[in-house]
Amino acid sequence: MSKFRKKDKGGLPAISTASLPDIVFMLLFFFMVATVMRDSSLMIENQLPSADQVEKLKKDRTVFIYGGKPSSQYSQFGSEPRIQFNDAFIGVNDVKPSVLQAISELNEELQSMVVIGLKVDKDTNAGLVSDIKQELRKANALKIMYIANVKTEQ
Amino acid sequence: MAKRAAPEVNAGSMADIAFLLLIFFLVTTTIEKDKGLLRSLPPIDDTEYEPPIIKQKNLFTVLINRNNQLLVEDELMELEDLRQATIDFLDNGGDTNPAGQPCDYCQGKGLDTSSDHPEKAIISMKHNRETSYEKYMDVQNELVAAYNFLREREAARLYKQYYPNADKVFTAMLEEKEKNQFSKDEVLNERIETIKKLFPMKLSEAEPDKS
Repeated sequence: MSKFRKKDKGGLPAISTASLPDIVFMLLFFFMVATVMRDSSLMIENQLPSADQVEKLKKDRTVFIYGGKPSSQYSQFGSEPRIQFNDAFIGVNDVKPSVLQAISELNEELQSMVVIGLKVDKDTNAGLVSDIKQELRKANALKIMYIANVKTEQ
Repeated sequence: MAKRAAPEVNAGSMADIAFLLLIFFLVTTTIEKDKGLLRSLPPIDDTEYEPPIIKQKNLFTVLINRNNQLLVEDELMELEDLRQATIDFLDNGGDTNPAGQPCDYCQGKGLDTSSDHPEKAIISMKHNRETSYEKYMDVQNELVAAYNFLREREAARLYKQYYPNADKVFTAMLEEKEKNQFSKDEVLNERIETIKKLFPMKLSEAEPDKS
């Protein structure tokens, strides 16, 4: 009988955690690579409008223009909607030179395919947007994209 | 001196450190996926020429006033009805295209008072400076939706056999093009162009009045 008695080893053997750091590092590297640090901090309120007929934006050939009311910590700029480009407020007349500057900094083969991404707050009046569009026409940057949140269809 | 083996470094806390970094990056990451409505602006053209005469019935006017109300073809309209109205207008097919061919794929009523042919049908949109951007985008969205609806319908009619499982054929075609962007598929591109040509997007935006 005693020949067949199970040996009392006591519990499961410990799982080796030696490869845990490797797994975690793998995840870490993934997130490090996938992370995009915001290159300009927003000085305006930016609640995007929503739409459901949207297309994807190709990031590598995009120049962003922001628009909206200055947010609360920048209230010294007034409450009228302003245009933000990179890190500064610009006037309507500065849109064309700024955009041309930004386009010239792009990759050469992408310069002809540039898309202007308009991130405009939904409470802005549309007159500001048409002012920007006028300037973009003058700058001959004709492809624009109204960036929007994706509305889920009911 | 007795030679001693270097004591082994305890790597047990390595995971903790890595986790700390991982959580930091997890929290700070915003995987941005921007989407939106793509639109082309008309180039500035200084050359003087006679603007082509467009028949009133081929023009679908959408006006948005400063109180965000819609005036479509001189009638007050709710946003929910705009999509269907636009589809009806584009799909009317009452007469022939510039080449003199009738619209054999249109399924509209063929009214005399609405558009002749999708190739002739033009949507003209005008807004006030005080119109809110949200409303403006809503209207743009509905107009694009009307075009997409008709294009989907034609794509389903012509190319359904190549995409039997796809719910939306035109979307499936565009997705396939996106996927194979480095190996150009001439046949696919041609099909997409065909669909686009059946319902060409003719959306003109007038500048708001300076007040």
